[in-house]
Amino acid sequence: MARPKITLDGNEAAAFVAHKVNEVCAIYPITPSSPMGEWADQWSSEGKANIWGTIPQVVELQSEGGASGAVHGALQSGALTTTFTASQGLLLMIPNMYKIAGELTSTVFHVSARTVATHALSIFGDHSDVMAARSTGWGFLASSSIQEIMDMALISQAATLEGRVPIVHFFDGFRSSHEVQKIEQLTVEDMKAMIDNGLVRAHRARALSPDRPVLRGTAQNPDVFFQAREAANPFYEAFPAIVQKAMDKFASVVGRQYHLFDYAGAPDAERVIVLMGSGAETALEAVDYLSKQGEKIGAVIVRLFRPFSSEALIGALPKTVKSVAVLDRTKEPGAAGEPLYQDVLSACAEAASFGRLPFPMPKIVGGRYGLSSKEFTPAMVKGVFDELAKPKLKNHFSVGIKDDVTGNSVDYDPSFTTEGDDVIRCLFYGLGSDGTVGANKNSIKIIGGETDNYAQGYFVYDSKKSGSITVSHLRFGPRPIRSTYLVTSANFLACHAFVFLEKYDMLKYLVPGGTFLINSPYGPEDVWGKLPKKVQQQIIDKKAKFYVIDGYKVARETGMGSRVNTIMQTCFFAISGVLPKDEAIAAIKKAIKKTYGAKGDEIVNKNFAAVDGTLANLHEVQVPETATSALAMPPVVSDEAPEFVKETLGKIIANEGDDLPVSAMPVDGTFPTATAQWEKRNIALEIPVWDEKICIQCGKCALVCPHAAIRIKVYDESRLKNAPATFKSVDYKGLEFKGMKYTVQVAPEDCTGCAACAYICPAKDKSNVKHKSLDMADQMPLREPERENFNFFLSSLPEVDRTAVKIGTVKGSQFLQPLFEFSGACAGCGETPYVKLVSQLFGDRAIIANATGCSSIYGGNLPTTPWAVNPDGRGPTWSNSLFEDNAEFGYGFRLTIDKHTEYARELLTRLAPQVGEDLASDLLGADQSDEAGIAAQRKRVDALKAKLKDRNDEESKDLLSLADMLVNKSVWIMGGDGWAYDIGYGGLDHVLASGRNVNVLVLDTEVYSNTGGQCSKATPIGAVAKFAASGKPLPKKDLGMIAMTYGNIYVARVAMGASDNQTVKAIIEAEAYDGPSLIIAYSHCIAHGFNLTEGMAHQKEAVECGAWPLFRYNPDLAKEGKNPLKLDSRPPKITYADYAMTETRFKMLTKSHPDRARQLMEIGDAELKTRWHLYEQLAAMTCGNEEKEEAKS
Amino acid sequence: MHVAIVPFGPAHSLSAWGKKMDLSTKYLGLNLKNPLVASASPLCSDLETLTHMEETGLSAVVLESLFEEQIRKEEQTLDHFLTQGTESFAEALSYFPEPSSFDRGPEEYLEYIRKAKEAVSIPVIASLNGVSSGGWMDYAKRIQEAGADALELNIYYIPTDLNMPGEKVEQMYIDNVKTVCSAVSIPVAVKLSPFFSNMANMAARLDKAGARGLVLFNRFYQPDIDLEKLEVVPNLVLSTPEEMRLPLRWIAILYGRIEADLAGTSGIHRAEDVLKMLMAGAKVAMMTSALLVHGIGRAADILKAMTAWMEEHEYESVEQMTGSMSQKSCPEPSAFERANYMKVLQSYK
Repeated sequence: MARPKITLDGNEAAAFVAHKVNEVCAIYPITPSSPMGEWADQWSSEGKANIWGTIPQVVELQSEGGASGAVHGALQSGALTTTFTASQGLLLMIPNMYKIAGELTSTVFHVSARTVATHALSIFGDHSDVMAARSTGWGFLASSSIQEIMDMALISQAATLEGRVPIVHFFDGFRSSHEVQKIEQLTVEDMKAMIDNGLVRAHRARALSPDRPVLRGTAQNPDVFFQAREAANPFYEAFPAIVQKAMDKFASVVGRQYHLFDYAGAPDAERVIVLMGSGAETALEAVDYLSKQGEKIGAVIVRLFRPFSSEALIGALPKTVKSVAVLDRTKEPGAAGEPLYQDVLSACAEAASFGRLPFPMPKIVGGRYGLSSKEFTPAMVKGVFDELAKPKLKNHFSVGIKDDVTGNSVDYDPSFTTEGDDVIRCLFYGLGSDGTVGANKNSIKIIGGETDNYAQGYFVYDSKKSGSITVSHLRFGPRPIRSTYLVTSANFLACHAFVFLEKYDMLKYLVPGGTFLINSPYGPEDVWGKLPKKVQQQIIDKKAKFYVIDGYKVARETGMGSRVNTIMQTCFFAISGVLPKDEAIAAIKKAIKKTYGAKGDEIVNKNFAAVDGTLANLHEVQVPETATSALAMPPVVSDEAPEFVKETLGKIIANEGDDLPVSAMPVDGTFPTATAQWEKRNIALEIPVWDEKICIQCGKCALVCPHAAIRIKVYDESRLKNAPATFKSVDYKGLEFKGMKYTVQVAPEDCTGCAACAYICPAKDKSNVKHKSLDMADQMPLREPERENFNFFLSSLPEVDRTAVKIGTVKGSQFLQPLFEFSGACAGCGETPYVKLVSQLFGDRAIIANATGCSSIYGGNLPTTPWAVNPDGRGPTWSNSLFEDNAEFGYGFRLTIDKHTEYARELLTRLAPQVGEDLASDLLGADQSDEAGIAAQRKRVDALKAKLKDRNDEESKDLLSLADMLVNKSVWIMGGDGWAYDIGYGGLDHVLASGRNVNVLVLDTEVYSNTGGQCSKATPIGAVAKFAASGKPLPKKDLGMIAMTYGNIYVARVAMGASDNQTVKAIIEAEAYDGPSLIIAYSHCIAHGFNLTEGMAHQKEAVECGAWPLFRYNPDLAKEGKNPLKLDSRPPKITYADYAMTETRFKMLTKSHPDRARQLMEIGDAELKTRWHLYEQLAAMTCGNEEKEEAKS
Repeated sequence: MHVAIVPFGPAHSLSAWGKKMDLSTKYLGLNLKNPLVASASPLCSDLETLTHMEETGLSAVVLESLFEEQIRKEEQTLDHFLTQGTESFAEALSYFPEPSSFDRGPEEYLEYIRKAKEAVSIPVIASLNGVSSGGWMDYAKRIQEAGADALELNIYYIPTDLNMPGEKVEQMYIDNVKTVCSAVSIPVAVKLSPFFSNMANMAARLDKAGARGLVLFNRFYQPDIDLEKLEVVPNLVLSTPEEMRLPLRWIAILYGRIEADLAGTSGIHRAEDVLKMLMAGAKVAMMTSALLVHGIGRAADILKAMTAWMEEHEYESVEQMTGSMSQKSCPEPSAFERANYMKVLQSYK
């Protein structure tokens, strides 16, 4: 039977087989493996069966530790079980992996190999995770292409069942997991042919069963453990042959032949490289090209890395080999060499020393490449071969970077290319929100499906979630495409947003004579004049064909909004000639029908209209002979920026980070804060305009702004002397700053245009109600004047005196400088207003532990950070440890602070005679409960430092180094619900129970937001999330209630949109409480599926229906004999459904499972009411003093 | 002037005349056991209520409208929010699981028609509410396939474009009716507003366009202003009996002059209201507000009171009285015209 040709990515290829040949999948999301679990979950929820006709059970656990435990249990009880993971996730599975292997259990874990966090987290691909797990006793089988992923997923399952050695089947994160390729799909018959049912039954027969009880998992003593450990040896000795047997069988069934090590290249090669993973494809492309030119070179591709078969490796090497470079996609600092290098070296040396090496011992060197998905190109492969030809070989080298510190990097000629003329290469620069990537995935499917061409797509995304850029790299050609690297010589280049031309030098990637298409608001006559001069010159020099379309106009006219995807896709097919135009249009429409058909005719029709409207608006531009533009590309960052920002971060901002040498990087991952201010992104189409005349000066706009892009100050009128002409100011209305001026100022280039401020603004014009004190208006005309105004606001108006502000109020809090600004979070993010508020209230003395997740990405993903400093240079200091241990990490901060404060106080007591008894006593007895107290203490510390600075005794030096500890520090532990409710819950519980003074802020979006909306235990009943495709069946875990049971934890549940006042109060009380505090903050999220502009209104409804009761539990009240629990919201007044049905996460269940949706809403409503009554009763309890007080009165 | 209503109760039982009162009527070619029909409202969206309606004697139900806007908006919204933020951030290429099929609004509605047909034996009239001649007209066909006995096309349009002439608006109505009538073989009734320069002409043109019935009239829910929030808010006000006068007049005028059956709706609260509608020329009287206020059981009371009145006044059947007070048949035809207006004003003197 012919196998279907399909276009899919690596994750789907792995999941496809895994779901078909397993009975249980226990999963947990982690990038880039999450889609494998999502596919499995979705297929099971759609009733798709495995090859035995039964639907696999897919369950989500609370962590990878939990997932591997569940896998272990399911395996031990006889189910064919799998999981999918990467990076830290795999590391968390290691303890169970030892057990699973030790018990000789057949299973396959599919791993999209990802960098393990070291000096920094990275979501991208290398082999550091699988290498960290290589000693577990598992087999490790590597795939280098999408076809191989599907094939090896099956081969590994067949082999593990026979050999009983569990297998990690791995492939490169992103480069393979997310690369889209046209491949041949295996059939159920193929799978049935490969999987021996007898072996499946044998697996089942080995399971624990009370019907034939055994004991497994014993504890053993020194007398026998060793022998028992060696008892498994025969299985490992036999395993390589078993894997080869499975590969051979696969070849007989399917026709593709693999070996444990595959060699390609000249039969008489003298120089050979050895590597595994996606880099092998690029290496093979280079070897093919160079060996055809007569170079005696070759490559050995490692498939089975463990158990390592020395014999098979040596068998694969050509007998003529003289030098070998082993390339590892990992780094093992301090080792004699990276793992694969050591294995190859050992294998050859061992064979040579025992006389089994069939050729003279070659020179063997090791090198590192491609860490964290760093590009690995044929040019680099050639660079390595060139190195191998040198008389003196560089060992332990790196390739692909410039190491100007240790000089270890191999040089190469980046212009070397192996790509054939028969491959069409295309580059598309899209805005994240315009649908470019989706359309390109469709285009690949169209070309892959409608023609005999092979097709490949790889997509580079932004690390920011608002205003993000995507770059799509597409290749089409008559032969399978092995180029696992980015397109840098494009025949077709499309820029889907005109503003990109100012920011990125994309024309450098266009081949001479290539085609350039731009989506432009300017027509064919005007567009030339609007291009920067450099771009004009490049178009002329390259003799490029130049096309223009106003895609936004077509999108507007056809109801597509800002999504130009279909339009630009139509242009691509119309111009590129990949398919005849009519055929292409028909194919696009077919694809539209397929993609959107399920969502309704309306969507299909508007896309059809967009296709039809495109061609009339597509124009070729006559290119003049000379470049005449006066427009130059603006500098990436301002000249006023610090040197490091300009030289290092600026390069990263300009997409030139690859060119930075090793010396440009901090050695330990430490970066300055306050850098987001230099990255002017200008992504808002509209920004708020303040009408000072009707403003009621409530401060809500600044409070809700997710990006600190709208600010408030009060100041003396005299400061306005040199104000720009359009700078607005009005008399302050409050008593506390009577006689002063007041300004609300927008940061026009940092605003994301979310309009949350304008939405919340309560000040309406009495004569024209739709006009508010804040209205949104086009950014372009406002950019210049408001930039000047904002600069004036920042630099000429002083920060408001913290000691004079009533910080316990919404309005007062907003006079404080935000020390968290301009993050790359989604426009309208529901988390960042809380984070910013904390930074305003305590930022100048805060130390923050941040769990991995959205907040760690918008908080700490290069190039810049939103964490900022005040004019004194103080500001939050921030770090991210892991996902799972954040509470413990922050607890560690507290331990140090407590210890150092204690020691500083001891030293101060000892040194009181030297520094002055009065000063010492004031320092030791200072009241730091308010801003004035903090400010006074800081002054005393300055005085202390002045006295200590010239003293030479050890104790004085120690005290000088710890003097700042005499000022209170504020420890904040922040993270999302995935951390707090699931993976980090154990640690959080322990830290909360410790009694130490830490403040925990849970940014509760009710899903794993950062990894794309997977279900957590915070997910409410009836909500659809990934891993809960048919709606979460159980109510949200009540973390607040659990914490309250301890009695000594300050607990608050807040929702800024329902009560901003309560939010401010709770955060201040939590910080003031001398013990552990937990604040659970309702954070609306893009994964809820509604217009985030209205986020605060949704928060309000969540409270009104009882889904999110507001409360504060303050143990200090209990000490006074009062009830510590205060309910801050009213009983439910709308139904759960009234609230829920305004959000896609709930609404979509009514579309997929209407009856279940109704049922869950009813159960949810009842449950919320019950929970409310419980709260009500707890809050009404008498706790001692109330009775006495009543009696008194 | 009020029609004297005989008190409820068995005093004037049907047997007094020795034969059963014939309440049956024929609307849109459907044989109905009596002229009391539940008009389109959320009440009809619950199968249990439908069964109750049948039990209390209602002779047909018009299901809640499937709104064109609803179809469009739901599809658009779902698509918008499912794709919002997708394919732009490497760790979260999407935010929702995407099922391969959705029960979209219309499917749910069609399924409901099927279930309604199984639940009750009285005719089920589906209702489609919209203004444009877009793809939503296809749903008319699917409504028929789902088993609806008839289709009520509710054209609810508020023209606000200063440059749109009345004839264009009228033409749109006609075109829509033609499109839908040509798409289905089940009878189509048109529910419309009274706001036309010449209602009679419109009625005649709709009749010609293929409408088998006219439902007079649509009630526009007029928006209100929330003084505290300074927001324009929708405001649902139930009908009052006084509202039936407008349809009453037009039914009386149109009766016998067009082929389409006439249905009176708005303000039908009491037996006397039904009787008046019938006499004016309506084949059926449709109600919702009274059922909302008094419960579904109200229908039984009305039927009982109606029958009693008819017995008291020696009517034999509904057919006998239908149109008996229409403009064509009433003693003073001009009362339905301008003169009526004069009279009313004079009566205030």
